[in-house]
Amino acid sequence: MTATPERRSTRQLARPDLPRFDTEELDPPTREALSGLLLTMADDEFVLGFWDSEWTGIAPMLEEDVAFSSLAQDEIGHARLLFEMLAQLRGSDADDLAFGRTADEYRHCRLLDHPRTDWAFSVARRWLYDTADAVRLGALRRSGFVPLAQIVEKIRREETYHLMHMDVWMRRLAQGGEPRERLEVALASLWPDALSVFAPLPEEDLLIEAGILAAPMSGLADRHYEQLRGVLSSLGLTVPEPRPSSQDGRDRAKPSESFRWLWGEFTMVHRLEPGATW
Amino acid sequence: MSALRTVDPSAGAPMPLEQAIWAALEDVSDPEIPTISVVDLGVVRRVEVGPGRVRVELLPTFVGCPAIDLMRSAVEERLAGFAPDVEAVVSFAEPWTSQRITPQGHMRLRESGFGPPAPAGDGESLLPMLPVAPCPYCGSLDTSIQNAFGPTLCRAIYHCAACRQPFEQFKTV
Repeated sequence: MTATPERRSTRQLARPDLPRFDTEELDPPTREALSGLLLTMADDEFVLGFWDSEWTGIAPMLEEDVAFSSLAQDEIGHARLLFEMLAQLRGSDADDLAFGRTADEYRHCRLLDHPRTDWAFSVARRWLYDTADAVRLGALRRSGFVPLAQIVEKIRREETYHLMHMDVWMRRLAQGGEPRERLEVALASLWPDALSVFAPLPEEDLLIEAGILAAPMSGLADRHYEQLRGVLSSLGLTVPEPRPSSQDGRDRAKPSESFRWLWGEFTMVHRLEPGATW
Repeated sequence: MSALRTVDPSAGAPMPLEQAIWAALEDVSDPEIPTISVVDLGVVRRVEVGPGRVRVELLPTFVGCPAIDLMRSAVEERLAGFAPDVEAVVSFAEPWTSQRITPQGHMRLRESGFGPPAPAGDGESLLPMLPVAPCPYCGSLDTSIQNAFGPTLCRAIYHCAACRQPFEQFKTV
């Protein structure tokens, strides 16, 4: 029997990928507001990535098994960068932020509080999210907070593929028959949360003043809503009524039971063996 | 491959350290496509040489790419003899794009059965990102995309109608 191979810990835990930046250039209230923005973005990408991964092995066709696994990997990668940026800003730890919170402390938008459900539902939800995310990333790509602008520039190139993929699926499902019926059911049940990505952020005025965010969330919600209506109409799909509100998109009394279940899954290793690396 | 292979023997002068480092980095390959080096892939952004130290900046092809950690350790291992303090860091100062792949990189990709990325991808519009990918086997343009997502984040799956071969394209980003 030879010696047991040395267990290598993952390097990324010891050395964050994100270049160091000077947190002192921001005054404390602006830094706090920026933290709030980063937390919502990181949680969105993180939670969506785990929902995507629920299709690994059971997607309706092999190509989508591969696609959704890739989408999941992309989103978790984006979340990791955002958590690392947030950790630098707050002087905390990215893994603790990602895995060390209670289910109630996540700030993902309500759109991502729904379970995976069926394929049409996952497509509709992802399309609603991706189109909203594109608007949000557009408002950050020339951010005055340069480290954020830099990673947004990288992330949005990858998200373009996501958006394209979901766009194709929306068109496929919208063609008719049972797929179209399921898509309409999914859109109707997701509709109240369709603008939830743009829930107002605490002190977002400070972010706009500092040039970190290009427009208020409510303005981004308006832009997104017009785009949604346009695409749905062009596909001959019903635009559900009334226009959804984005006001209470992230502050919920309690996250859904579905999210609690997902949280239980993705925090399991961290809870069983805090500080574990793999 | 020797790190000194690019020295011009007629010059006789010692090779500048930075140049030697770039040459050495050509020995470090992409762990997911081992025929292409990190230099030809355009992952190496910058090499900085200071007294007793070497710093290399790497641009990840995709944010969630697990290979970047391997590349970082491989770069540090390869350069270990060049200075007491060798550091490889990941940078986002500019986005890696598929246009960073060198002409030699394109050749290596084709040799390994990969379609090289198209010269598009300004990041502004969606359409140029799904160009016609020439088949790496027969060169035909009668190809179609099967899946924008492949076995790794940076690869898409195509099919060639002329030689009836599936192939992978290095994504245009």
